[in-house]
Amino acid sequence: MSLVATSGGDALVLARTHERAAEAAREAEAAPPAAEAALVGGAPVPVLQLEGISLSFGGITALDGIDLAVANGEIRAIIGPNGAGKSSLLNVVSGLYRPDRGMVRLGSERFAHVPTSRLAALGVARTFQNLALFKGLPVLDNVITGFVHRRRAGFVRQILSTPQARREEAESRAASEDVIAFLHLDAVKHQLAGGLPYGVQKRVELARALVARPQLLLLDEPLAGVTLGEKQELAAHISNTRDAYGTTIVLIEHDIGVVMGLSDRIAVLDYGRKIADGTPDEVRSDQAVIDAYLGVAHEGETELVV
Amino acid sequence: MFDYQFFIEVLVGGLLSGVMYSLVAIGFVLIYKTSGVLNFAQGAMLLFAALTFVSLVERGVPFWLALSATLVIMVVLGITVERTVLRPLVNQSPMTLFMATLGLSYIIEGAAQLLWGTQVHGLDLGIDDVPFEVGGVLISQFDLFAAAIAGTLVTTFALFFRYTRTGLAFRAVADDQFAALAVGLRLPRVWAAVWTAAGIVALVAGLLWGARLGVQFSLSLVVLKALPVLVLGGFDSVAGAIVGGLLIGAIEKLAEVYVGPLFGGGIVAWAAYVVALGFLLVRPSGLFGQKLVERV
Amino acid sequence: MTTAAHPVAGRRLTANHLGIAVLLTAAYGVIPFAGSDYLLDAVLTPFLALALAALGLNLLTGYAGQVSLGSAAFLAVGAYAAYNFNLRVHELPFLVSLVAAGRVAAAVGVGFGLPSLRLRGFYLAVSTLAAQFFVQWALTKFGWFSNDSPSGVIDAPPLAVAGITFSGAVGRYLFSLTVVVISTLLAIRLLRSQVGRNFIALRDNETAAKVIGVPLLRTKLLAFGVSSFIVGIAGVLWAFAYLRTVEPAGFNLDRSFGILFIIIIGGLASIRGAVLGAAFMVVFPLLLSRLGAALLGDIFNSGVLEMSQRIVIGALIIGLLIAEPRGLIALVDRLAEPILRRFSRPLSRSTQS
Repeated sequence: MSLVATSGGDALVLARTHERAAEAAREAEAAPPAAEAALVGGAPVPVLQLEGISLSFGGITALDGIDLAVANGEIRAIIGPNGAGKSSLLNVVSGLYRPDRGMVRLGSERFAHVPTSRLAALGVARTFQNLALFKGLPVLDNVITGFVHRRRAGFVRQILSTPQARREEAESRAASEDVIAFLHLDAVKHQLAGGLPYGVQKRVELARALVARPQLLLLDEPLAGVTLGEKQELAAHISNTRDAYGTTIVLIEHDIGVVMGLSDRIAVLDYGRKIADGTPDEVRSDQAVIDAYLGVAHEGETELVV
Repeated sequence: MFDYQFFIEVLVGGLLSGVMYSLVAIGFVLIYKTSGVLNFAQGAMLLFAALTFVSLVERGVPFWLALSATLVIMVVLGITVERTVLRPLVNQSPMTLFMATLGLSYIIEGAAQLLWGTQVHGLDLGIDDVPFEVGGVLISQFDLFAAAIAGTLVTTFALFFRYTRTGLAFRAVADDQFAALAVGLRLPRVWAAVWTAAGIVALVAGLLWGARLGVQFSLSLVVLKALPVLVLGGFDSVAGAIVGGLLIGAIEKLAEVYVGPLFGGGIVAWAAYVVALGFLLVRPSGLFGQKLVERV
Repeated sequence: MTTAAHPVAGRRLTANHLGIAVLLTAAYGVIPFAGSDYLLDAVLTPFLALALAALGLNLLTGYAGQVSLGSAAFLAVGAYAAYNFNLRVHELPFLVSLVAAGRVAAAVGVGFGLPSLRLRGFYLAVSTLAAQFFVQWALTKFGWFSNDSPSGVIDAPPLAVAGITFSGAVGRYLFSLTVVVISTLLAIRLLRSQVGRNFIALRDNETAAKVIGVPLLRTKLLAFGVSSFIVGIAGVLWAFAYLRTVEPAGFNLDRSFGILFIIIIGGLASIRGAVLGAAFMVVFPLLLSRLGAALLGDIFNSGVLEMSQRIVIGALIIGLLIAEPRGLIALVDRLAEPILRRFSRPLSRSTQS
């Protein structure tokens, strides 16, 4: 609850401060960790903290003792080759998987198993790798449904359209119209989500996740499967989201190129273990990352696994 | 005092009729495993087979000739269904396919009765239904015969799945349709084979059930006996169909004899469902179902 | 295809409104005076009851995505509950027993909907069959439900509301019509609210719905409850306004499938589809029997009629699932579109000049 209570204005200032700090650091060519930058802004509690998360499926280890701290207002990428455990990690954070060991801290609450049904109320929203839109609903209704956890009026009140039900409907509609305008979806808002092009559907899913102004946004491969033009557009939307709403963003990506320019910090997973965690520059020059992710170039091989 | 002899008699009777449930359930599993379709028309196919056979026999066709003719008709029916119903609906949701088989069951039931009439036919397989005694327990000779036939067929299918090339193809398709396609298995051919097999199962089950209940419309309702078996054993498990059938058969008989009087009888109509559902609520993956990790 | 269809929606809405106004005027203003007793009693009243039942099932199966094979059980619960309220509570206004019967059906529906919290797909579909068999058995077995009449037969009490008794073919028709119109309006309001969106969210992507915060448990049970409520009310109409003497055996599996077929044929997740499907299911056997008698004469007896009806309905379901999974209503819309366009084009031209 305390997560939701943080006002958008504070977060915005925070994000700006953090950006300025990051910029200054970049000029000095020695970027400090973003977590410290956030500390400078006066927010010592990470939005998301993972403590020793381990998960296995029938003997196959998916995650092995993952620690991760995501500071308020940062864009944090998690990258790694196929099967490195990225999606599993996101599913642990959103409570779809229960970790064998470890705790997930969301704001001030710690969970051994994050309660998925309370996720939205905790200020966390997510998107899915292969799109999880409600295909039979128009875009606007998809986005309005992203607001559902704030609604209190029961079904009888909704049928009778009591003042409370009407007010809630108007609120969620207004918030949805805002986000739809923000993500340039006005032209398609009355169309069924299922019939739209893939790239547009990705934006609709982003809108649905954003409408309730989450404190923490989890994006599962937001840039996968779209054209190059759409990729740049979506990346711009993601960084605009952080700038405008102060949302903390954790995104999983396969495509290392886009992530470098977009994120403040990058964590790298390989075979379920975290092998690096730092600024894009640090990660780029990390020997373990180059070996695991970019291919073992120093042994004379030039193959890049991207 | 508790009458153990009577209890065993009821239990054995239940298990024997359970084998016949297993037989019907296997027809479902064959199709479900390979194409993800819950074929509600299995009952209608059973009725169609029994009605065709009995009508041929009544018209003076010799037993074995009638049997072969019905077999041929069932194979043709199976292949036709694959061609005209399943192939156009490939890639549709399992529920759409299920509804299509509901429609199919209406067509087959209607056609069977339009062709052969709606009157009840007696079917005599030449087995006397005389009970004989084993260690003080009375066992119906017909039940034993039916169970033996059903058991043989079930075993044959189980072995077929495990040891033949076609069986291997079946299992490959059941495991992963796309991978099976990629390695060059021709799905339509596998499906046609499966529907043929289901047709044979329907014929055998139809004859056995028909001999017991009389060949009439209600025969197609045997399908409703198989559904709790499938819920209990899992829609995709041959072993589940066998064990589930035996369990349901036994529980149904025992419940009717020992619990039924408390309710004034007739609980056979739903006892199996309640048992299967109760079990499922405790163990959602069923008797032998694998617990699949949901991919998100 | 969805993108192409949508620009028409605004116009279709007005055309829709116009159509509904015309239909209602005809239903209230013309048919009661012009229709024969046969038309009212044997065609329109059962059509209304079935349309309402299909609407109820459509909420659960078409919108919320939970397949039910036991609708007839809830028809029966509604009918027998209303009968008992009427019989056992003195001076209870009929409208009160009607709504109370709906609530009993809703409660039973929620009970049989409980497995949906753990089960999905076919397992759930099979569990709804349990409702079918259990209810039918209980109504036959326990004489209390039918006031100890042999084989559970009950006779309908008169339909009296506020001192007016709806007797005769016209009265029963008007009563049914009014109940159906009001229930449909309420259902439409429900579907347009957040609850309606939650239903579709549940159907289209359960995991995403859960993550967003759609209360899955409540939404599922609500879908079962609301659906059974409406089906229960339809059961009262079926038993009291149409048949007037019913027995548990009449609410069999065939009846359940019949209602499911209405929504498949008419169109899943469409209210107009449920109405169209019900109309089809009532009119089609009548047409088929006329046609059969005209073509084949005496050979076409009732047995042959029933069997050929089964064949045609089965074939129609498969054909529709293959060619137009959105049902007859989508075909109608597709046919109506060019006509509507032709109507609107001269209009817009005339405003320009």
